[in-house]
Amino acid sequence: MLNRKDVLGLYDLSAEEIDEILTTGMNMKKLLRQNIKKLPHLQGKTVTTLFYENSTRTRCSFELAADYMGAHVVNIAAASSSVQKGETLVDTGKTLDAMKNDVIVIRHPMGGAPRLLAKTVKAHVVNAGDGMNEHPTQALLDMLTMRENFPSIAGLKVAILGDISHSRVAKSNLFGLKKLGAEVRMFAPRTLMPTGIDRMGAKVCASREEAVEGADVVMGLRIQLERQHGGNFPSLGEYAKYYGADEALMRYAAPHALVMHPGPVNRGVELTSALIDGDTSRIEEQVLSGIAVRMAILFLLTKEEVAS
Amino acid sequence: MIFKHANIVNADGRMQADILVENGRIARIAPCIEGEGIDVSAYTMLPGLIDMHVHLREPGFERKEDIASGTRAAVKGGFTQVCCMPNTNPVIDNKVVVTYIKARAKEVGLCKVHPIGAISKGQQGQELAAIGAMKAAGAVALSEDGKSVLSTKLMANAMQYAADFSLKCLCHCEDSSLVDGGVVNEGYYSTLTGLKGSLRAAEDIIIARELCLAESLDLPVHICHISTYSGIQLIREAKARGVRVTAETCPHYFTLTDAAIADFDTNTKVNPPLREERDRLAVIAGLQDGTLDCIVTDHAPHHEDDKNVEYDLAAFGISGLETSFALSYTQLVRSGEMTLEALVGKMSANPAVVLGLTGGRICEGAPADLTLVSLDEEWTIDPQQFVSKGKNSPFGGRKVFGRVKMTVVDGEIKYKER
Amino acid sequence: MTVLSDGAGLRRMLVRLAHEIEERNEGLSDVALVGIKRGGEVTAQRICGVLASMGHAVPCAGIDIGMTRDDLVSAFFVPDAAPNALGFDITDKTVVLCDDVLHTGRSAVAAIEALFALGRPRRIQLLVLVDRGGRELPVRADFVGKNVPTARSERIDVRFTELGAAEDALAIVKG
Repeated sequence: MLNRKDVLGLYDLSAEEIDEILTTGMNMKKLLRQNIKKLPHLQGKTVTTLFYENSTRTRCSFELAADYMGAHVVNIAAASSSVQKGETLVDTGKTLDAMKNDVIVIRHPMGGAPRLLAKTVKAHVVNAGDGMNEHPTQALLDMLTMRENFPSIAGLKVAILGDISHSRVAKSNLFGLKKLGAEVRMFAPRTLMPTGIDRMGAKVCASREEAVEGADVVMGLRIQLERQHGGNFPSLGEYAKYYGADEALMRYAAPHALVMHPGPVNRGVELTSALIDGDTSRIEEQVLSGIAVRMAILFLLTKEEVAS
Repeated sequence: MIFKHANIVNADGRMQADILVENGRIARIAPCIEGEGIDVSAYTMLPGLIDMHVHLREPGFERKEDIASGTRAAVKGGFTQVCCMPNTNPVIDNKVVVTYIKARAKEVGLCKVHPIGAISKGQQGQELAAIGAMKAAGAVALSEDGKSVLSTKLMANAMQYAADFSLKCLCHCEDSSLVDGGVVNEGYYSTLTGLKGSLRAAEDIIIARELCLAESLDLPVHICHISTYSGIQLIREAKARGVRVTAETCPHYFTLTDAAIADFDTNTKVNPPLREERDRLAVIAGLQDGTLDCIVTDHAPHHEDDKNVEYDLAAFGISGLETSFALSYTQLVRSGEMTLEALVGKMSANPAVVLGLTGGRICEGAPADLTLVSLDEEWTIDPQQFVSKGKNSPFGGRKVFGRVKMTVVDGEIKYKER
Repeated sequence: MTVLSDGAGLRRMLVRLAHEIEERNEGLSDVALVGIKRGGEVTAQRICGVLASMGHAVPCAGIDIGMTRDDLVSAFFVPDAAPNALGFDITDKTVVLCDDVLHTGRSAVAAIEALFALGRPRRIQLLVLVDRGGRELPVRADFVGKNVPTARSERIDVRFTELGAAEDALAIVKG
């Protein structure tokens, strides 16, 4: 059971809570693998996805997770421009609360928005990504995938390559993996490496090879074209050449090393196609882990009410 | 009116005496003055505090604050004079707005209000505002307030033209292209929260530019609300080689660090942003060695609606008039960093000198601007108790020493604690 | 611990139950055995073996009732369930639903629900090795190996070699 109303980030969760989510997620994934996709636990409950940013995969994953648990799912797509003009987040939250929503899944381009919503509403709030802050369910699905492929997360060497600065995924993974005892290495162009990440426990590496040396998992992060226009690197081609991962780089990793990516992947930029489609890739498996871990979170958040 | 047994603390010394007030002025200070009076022996009598950097929001943003509520907050905070910044609507860039504010403040009749005119018309950074006319109407300084004048050439012209009218430019230092939407200090906590950071350099670069201009032109310049250790060092070095620079900081820069942003409290959103511990310590050191001349509040009241939103969307600013003295006294004097005399310098005497205002010292012949404080009284800050319309303070719940008991402006009691 | 039946006794019981099934369902042509995992599944396999030795080839499979348990929500747990695929069609068949012990009746109802998800049998008959009483639902077994009234604190222990026991046995264990 999670001793909290909301799941806003892995920075807040204890190792025990993360472990419980992963354990429950493993059970969920087992059911999903067997094509058993209907659980009754959220029957009669309403889960609303409130997305201020476009995201097909995360929204779809949450929607399926809620649906598989028997919940009624409502989707609200709020264009991010309306954040500035229209109704305030606090007012939207109050409306959703008045509609007796049980869980609100929010994605927002601004860090801390889920926290503001959580303070406002009685419903459980799950952060589906907020600005450059956190993306806890993505990190949990990455960790679930790791836990399935390795005896333990403790002691794993995880290399994260790419745009760390703008990556809520990298940060959530860092917080979560550190709590479970993994070693997290990071490598990025200096323009995309955030200040102080080393003080949060990341090993900031000077080269791709150093980051990947002996790694059990090599994770690429999506690079967005806007970053090039923002002057963070000259071109995607140059990025791929100096900061991407290919088979040659993987020779530095442990022989059993897995390739992961939160998607969507820019083929040939963050990872070569050979890595994306190769035997060591777990990118597709991550997708199923995503539904499982989101089911687990919905399950554990609503469990509290049934138990009390 | 006679204040009996006043424990007077000026920037340059202390004495215990009776103060005779006549016609709004201090007529006599003597050990024993005959007549009925108020016994103030239990408290400490300071020259009326002067805040040379506040936002009163009127005209245009009365929902956030107006001259009545803002000056009520000022006298409650012990201030007898405040200088109000020009980012109103319309902007204070002509004599009409200056005249309006002065007239309205007089009508309200609490503390003295000195308008600060904009440097450029409409704060647009294109052409100079009506500097001479504003001076004639009563403006005491110029500032682009909330931003820097983008064009270095216009800034140079402004400093020169203003000097003809004995006005100083008060410079908000911020390189907007480098800030690039940053809302907090670039560092550990910006990374932790994912909030967009702004480098110290964004502040320092413009500080350096203004110092270069002041040095080249041999003109005075005043740097607003300094928050960086590196900016303080620039000013220290400039002062050492004779550049005519004065500078100010705010209580939040020597009280808080960016650790306060960790839980996304929008009341910690301020411009320049809260920095790190080394900056906080440098601000204190700068106050100690005289690099920083004044403590101002940068009082920036906002309506709750402007703060109860996403951090990125929240308005910048802290409502500071009612906590400034207590925070400064607690943080600087009570902790032993400086003497009460020195603090009186930062909060009264120096601002008067920087802007050429009357006041800042309790002496015979001066206006009877007096602030009576109880130094040993501990209290808890509760923003809901503010008389300012802006309840936006990150200091709620903080215990502080030093409570303003009475504020006297031109011999009249404008605030008395109930 | 009170032993109700040893291996030989259990085998005699199974033979008797097989004959009862044959007697009730003439020809056994449309009969299928479905056992509730895991004890009931072994029971069904044993019965199937007996029927085979009597010359009747009857389809037999196990069914997982994890997903149809009525306490999933009230106890809020995630079932450790496997998908159900019997390997034969139960539509219009007589399904003899087998379990080792009949107690509250909840497992039987869950199994019936799970069967309905797979097809529409003509009829369902219930076979149990032990009916220990204590029903909470209106369920009655058609074929009963042994009626053993028990207290709630007692437990019926059904041991099959297939499930790792040294030898077959039926026993009552005091709470």
